[in-house]
Amino acid sequence: MENQATFGDILVKILIVMVLLTSSTVFSVVKTSTLENIKLHKVLKCGVSAGLAGFSAPNSKGKWQGLDVDICRAIAAAVFGDVNKVQYIALSAQQRFVALQSGEIDVLSRNSTFTLTRDTSLGLNFAPVVYYDGQGFMVKRKDRVSKISDLNGASICIQQGTTTELNLADYFRANNLKFKPVVFENNDEVTQAFVKGRCDALTTDISGLAAEKSKFKNPDNYVILTEIISKEPLAPVVRHGDDSWFDVVKYVIYALITAEEFGITSQNIDSFFKTKNPKIKRFLGITKGNGKALGLDEKWAYNIVKMVGNYHEIFERNVGKQSSLKLERGVNALWKNGGLHYSPPFK
Amino acid sequence: MKFWDDQKNREKVYQLLALLAVIGLGLFFYSNTKANLEKQNIATGFSFFDQVAGFEISESLIEYNSEDSYLQALVVGVLNTLKIAIIGNVLAVFLGIFIGVCRLSKNWPLAKLAQGYVEIIRNIPLLLQLFFWYAMFTEIFPGVRQALTPMPGVFLSNRGIMFPSLEYSPVYLYMGVAFFLTMIFGYFLRRYAKKIQDQTGKQIPYVLYILGPLVILPLLIWFIGGSPLTLHLPKLQGFNFTGGISVSPEFLSLLMGLVLYTSAFIAEIVRSGIQSVQKGQEEAAEALGLKSYLVLTLVILPQALRVIIPPLTSQLLNLTKNSSLAVAIAYPDFVNIANTTMNQTGQAIELISLIILVYLTFSLLTSLFMNWFNKKMALVER
Repeated sequence: MENQATFGDILVKILIVMVLLTSSTVFSVVKTSTLENIKLHKVLKCGVSAGLAGFSAPNSKGKWQGLDVDICRAIAAAVFGDVNKVQYIALSAQQRFVALQSGEIDVLSRNSTFTLTRDTSLGLNFAPVVYYDGQGFMVKRKDRVSKISDLNGASICIQQGTTTELNLADYFRANNLKFKPVVFENNDEVTQAFVKGRCDALTTDISGLAAEKSKFKNPDNYVILTEIISKEPLAPVVRHGDDSWFDVVKYVIYALITAEEFGITSQNIDSFFKTKNPKIKRFLGITKGNGKALGLDEKWAYNIVKMVGNYHEIFERNVGKQSSLKLERGVNALWKNGGLHYSPPFK
Repeated sequence: MKFWDDQKNREKVYQLLALLAVIGLGLFFYSNTKANLEKQNIATGFSFFDQVAGFEISESLIEYNSEDSYLQALVVGVLNTLKIAIIGNVLAVFLGIFIGVCRLSKNWPLAKLAQGYVEIIRNIPLLLQLFFWYAMFTEIFPGVRQALTPMPGVFLSNRGIMFPSLEYSPVYLYMGVAFFLTMIFGYFLRRYAKKIQDQTGKQIPYVLYILGPLVILPLLIWFIGGSPLTLHLPKLQGFNFTGGISVSPEFLSLLMGLVLYTSAFIAEIVRSGIQSVQKGQEEAAEALGLKSYLVLTLVILPQALRVIIPPLTSQLLNLTKNSSLAVAIAYPDFVNIANTTMNQTGQAIELISLIILVYLTFSLLTSLFMNWFNKKMALVER
């Protein structure tokens, strides 16, 4: 399997460059708006991770699941009123931005960190953050490592194509610590190398560590250190230059947060039709206007919550208490509850 | 005669048109790409070269740390690729010749063993073999704290092999100079011996004359220099060994995979080369009374080499190009580092072009050398 994946990777890279070189697609995508294009083809092309438990991974029935996948589904619900009109394109950390730049996908929902360079010189726009993460370390319990400075001189396994390599080098340099990087292209090899003892520590975003740990045979033999060395705001990404499509993606995410603020869930949403609250009336499209402004159906927000749920439901189902990752809401709580998620008003 | 009636003129016009079409297509691609990138506000060009790279590299032949530039990081990658390509090619050629000769051996089990080796290794995808050797390394060898010590100062663990290193002393330089000078002397001695043989038919065993000084002279200098021998022993410090020389499991498994895989192909090339020399040649040489090693070196090999060299060249190129699979098992070769750079700077087109350029240069240089060697070995017609 691995073997094909890597050959495929190289092939895809070459293809993507070819597409960029010829890129009649880019012209067509830029000329007609992304939203029109999606409606025309009746499918949303969503770039996701090939396998990160809790964020995007196919389940036992081959259906894509996870927080990132639910963002794709929410966008499809807003555009088509149908969560199944999504074509998931699994991308490696390496391929993701090129795939977006070249017009292979419409939106990238693949635990990507929002950074200045990516936002500017890569020609991308970051939608609101869907998960506030930070880079951490997993070590073996028997090594008795309790803080990062204990890792001086250690070999550390990393996956290529992420912000992780840079964060790690920066942190260790700033704290006068030494380490040996062991850099793999593929996530499975990274984890294998760590489990087999090639490395003393595994580093990636805390959510990623929790996802890997949940898959181990003896999760209790491993510890995730509490220290966090970086800010990793994970956000969906769209291309520069199509602001109305950017708006759609932005407000789909805000709708998830707003729904949680109002206490609207996929279960109780129909009971809100009798509400007198003008804010909720606007949100659900009973008072018209929001849909037209975005170029969507007036029931777009209703469809999102009804079909996918609000942010709380998405979080708990994929990475929270109802999942194997068991992550706390922490900074990912609503602003009212001491977290960072905050939506501008829907008016 | 009219211009069009001459076939040569027509051909020239067609060739010109074809050339213009190719150039035009190239320009179209270039301008189209540029316009697209500008439209999307994607930075272009190689100005990222002197920016700080910011990432660490696990093994490097030159000084490198995360505060060096991207250019420096890429150079580290090129050198690492060269390291694996050169060592790999040399070992693969030797092993390939050995296996190829074994296949032709009159010793039945040996010949069959060599055949089995070739058939098994040649028919398994290289990437699979790399994963296999890498897994063997991490699976079989113990963790770093339980490292095996086959000899004092040598440690084997899943972090690689650690050797003691010698502390540098100027005496070593003199020893090297002595060795080198003896070699040059040997070269002239060989020419002289050849001349004598051509004139008188008398053979001078020059190899024997030169072997002694080749060993004794440097040793003598070492004794005179006060026999310096300070070893830096690898020591377990915290998580890893420090001091000494370490060879990483990534390098070793990549080397093993590439050498074994390529040697199987080279073995077949060597076998076909030797078999291409007619049996009559061997018999004639034996009839002249030549010893069997002389039959091989003077009659069979010079003729076989002509058949061997061209396909051997493409095997050497293959090994170099296949070394780019290193990224799968974490060896920091050029592609691995270019990938990281691509990810951090986003300059996909520039870096893919650079990768193409570097491998093309490697391949052309190898071809150039092998063509020269081929010419030297080719049949000299009078």
